[in-house]
Amino acid sequence: MKPTSITHHPVVWQLASFVLFFGLWEVAGRWPVSAAFPPFSQTFLALLEMLKDGSLARAYWITVQPLLIGIVLCGIAGVGFGVGMGLSRSVEWLSLPVFIILQAAPMAAIIPLITYFYGIGLTSKVLAVVFLAAPVIVMNSYKGIRNTHPSLLQMCRAFLGTRSQEVLKIILPHAAALIFAGLRLGLAMGFIGIVIAELMITPTGIGDLITYHSSVADYPKMFASVASIIAVAAITLHALERVERMLFPREIRGA
Amino acid sequence: MTLFGWKLPMVFSIAIWFAAWELVGWMGITTMIPPFSRVIEAGITILPTAKFATAATVSLRSFAIGMALALAIGIPLGFLMARVRALGRILGMWVNIFVSAPISALVPILMAVVGIGESTVVVTVFLFAVFVIVLDTQIGVAHADRSLVEMAHSFGARRDQVYTKVLILSALPEILAGVRLGTIRGVKGVVIGQLLVAIIGVGELFELYSQHFLMEEFWALVVLVFLFAFAVSEAIAALERRVEYYASAR
Amino acid sequence: MADDAIVEVRGVGKTYEGGVEALANVNLSFPPSQLSTLLGPSGCGKTTLLKIIAGLIPPGAGEVWVKGARVHGPGPERAFVFQDFALLPWANVLRNVAFGLELRGVPPAERNEIARRHIAEVGLGGFESSYPNQLSGGMKQRVGLARALTVDADIILMDEPFSSVDEQTRRKFQEELLVLLRNKRKTVIFVTHSIEEAAYLSDQIVLLTPRPGTVSRIIRPGMERSKSPDEIRRDQRYLDAVDEIWQILKHHVA
Repeated sequence: MKPTSITHHPVVWQLASFVLFFGLWEVAGRWPVSAAFPPFSQTFLALLEMLKDGSLARAYWITVQPLLIGIVLCGIAGVGFGVGMGLSRSVEWLSLPVFIILQAAPMAAIIPLITYFYGIGLTSKVLAVVFLAAPVIVMNSYKGIRNTHPSLLQMCRAFLGTRSQEVLKIILPHAAALIFAGLRLGLAMGFIGIVIAELMITPTGIGDLITYHSSVADYPKMFASVASIIAVAAITLHALERVERMLFPREIRGA
Repeated sequence: MTLFGWKLPMVFSIAIWFAAWELVGWMGITTMIPPFSRVIEAGITILPTAKFATAATVSLRSFAIGMALALAIGIPLGFLMARVRALGRILGMWVNIFVSAPISALVPILMAVVGIGESTVVVTVFLFAVFVIVLDTQIGVAHADRSLVEMAHSFGARRDQVYTKVLILSALPEILAGVRLGTIRGVKGVVIGQLLVAIIGVGELFELYSQHFLMEEFWALVVLVFLFAFAVSEAIAALERRVEYYASAR
Repeated sequence: MADDAIVEVRGVGKTYEGGVEALANVNLSFPPSQLSTLLGPSGCGKTTLLKIIAGLIPPGAGEVWVKGARVHGPGPERAFVFQDFALLPWANVLRNVAFGLELRGVPPAERNEIARRHIAEVGLGGFESSYPNQLSGGMKQRVGLARALTVDADIILMDEPFSSVDEQTRRKFQEELLVLLRNKRKTVIFVTHSIEEAAYLSDQIVLLTPRPGTVSRIIRPGMERSKSPDEIRRDQRYLDAVDEIWQILKHHVA
């Protein structure tokens, strides 16, 4: 009898999960429900093929650009604005209701409009990313600032700290964790924005791969493209989460 | 914010934004932004039309069915995943992946497999909403106060009694939070689903107005949909506030 | 008012929004180099009064005079020890203790050296690089005390500093506090709701009663500090003080 049961290792569970999912996919694909649903094996082969002929690489090269540009722009402006909202009551008064509504709103409705006005190109895609990612980045930065422990602020005042010392030494370090989380969530929204933009109008990048293969009924390749973007998003976001937990462990955050 | 000694609630800042909108519209900075008053006019005009009524009905119907499915499947699933460890471990990874993944990438697949029509939109709403509902329910139930469960057992509660009298209520704040987030995503699901399918509902109208540069109508519809999303979100937030009184005491 | 009072509270009142009158017409004087306690049941405004003296809350009415001058806010002559410790969770013990000096622009080498001395003084030598999440409640409070000592203020204000630690640690703290203060000329104003603690530590006990918070009585136990801690707890004057206070306060317990 082994000292620790094999079921205690999380990796085992993850592997089992994958096996189960892909196994079900394989079975479902072979079931004659729909011709458009290829089994996992075919999809996997299609993926390899696309990797080999470079179509996947080309598509991602196009997709990644507006995503990164949009997130960087949005990150700088969004964090700046969110921090401003947190530090200034007047800015908060003016902007908070707007952002609360924007967070709940289906921003995607604006994307076709953007493309009609700014054409099918980098600008539209960057704007799509920015519009979708901005609310969550701003709100998280704002909350990070606002939720500073009042006790710490009082302590700073008791030891004669100035307002700028308060901001630099207490509020910002405290907000750093939420700001980072906001950026991570913003990136998730950015992925969503870029996929919608590429699916709807601009026939380039990964969205193009999906719509093209769908139109020529090459379902394995279409599924492979879809799976690839979901996988890329999932891996990137998971990696960021790891980094976040490393930089801001629960205890040091003072949660 | 105080003005002349009167405390202005934050809602008034929105009025300032509408005023700014009006100004920008009149100045004609860009055809993309018409004056706010015109937008209101357009909104009043399209509301009673048959076209809008159909679009609204179809959209609301898809939304309602999709959300109902998401709640009916999501909450019990989250519950089970918290109580049955094996299930939680196997499905947990997928829930985490799909909670932040670009689900809109799946819509073309849905169109190919399910067809181009309302059912695709319903499934889109379902997929958008269900994962965050499952996740938050799972978290709520998993973190339910251990000592409350122990207390219930010590007084001889049966398993179903522990579930209904302790666990569900203890997890309710998190479940409601998940439902609220899921609802917001559900609205996004309706819009995105209809935009991509582009045949039915408000998505069709959005596409139509954008294409023909009918900016006043477009923004009127935007305002309507945004207000709907906000109203639904606030309705659930109101429910959340009603259970808030015990949320912190747990 | 006593001439040699280092802190004077004149006619201080405080009403919060919603009409809750926390304090009304409080007049007190605190002699230098002595430990005074503000004691009373919940709602008597003792923490409010302490924070007004510290300059963290403005008085609604009345004035606070420190060392012969009126004060309107915090000052270098007063240092505060918080009930919930208020330590920077992302900074280690050394940085936390030196924080008061850091805010005043004292260069790192100098302020760290001063901090180290006080860290050793409160019995945390060796923990300079530890983080708050690695410390027990008692240790965290020592950091708070070291921080207050490091800025070398004449007046130390302590807000129920021992209420978040267990009974045994609390007793030890009380004894150590007396030893620590014996060699320094610090004035301490201390808030507590423990009668025994007040009677044990104080040269002067200010009894506050609630709704509204006013001074009910001032008691001077008059104990000899040269006795050992255990002897003090059996001294007749200690027991009398405890009894006298309880007789007054028990009518105000909810």
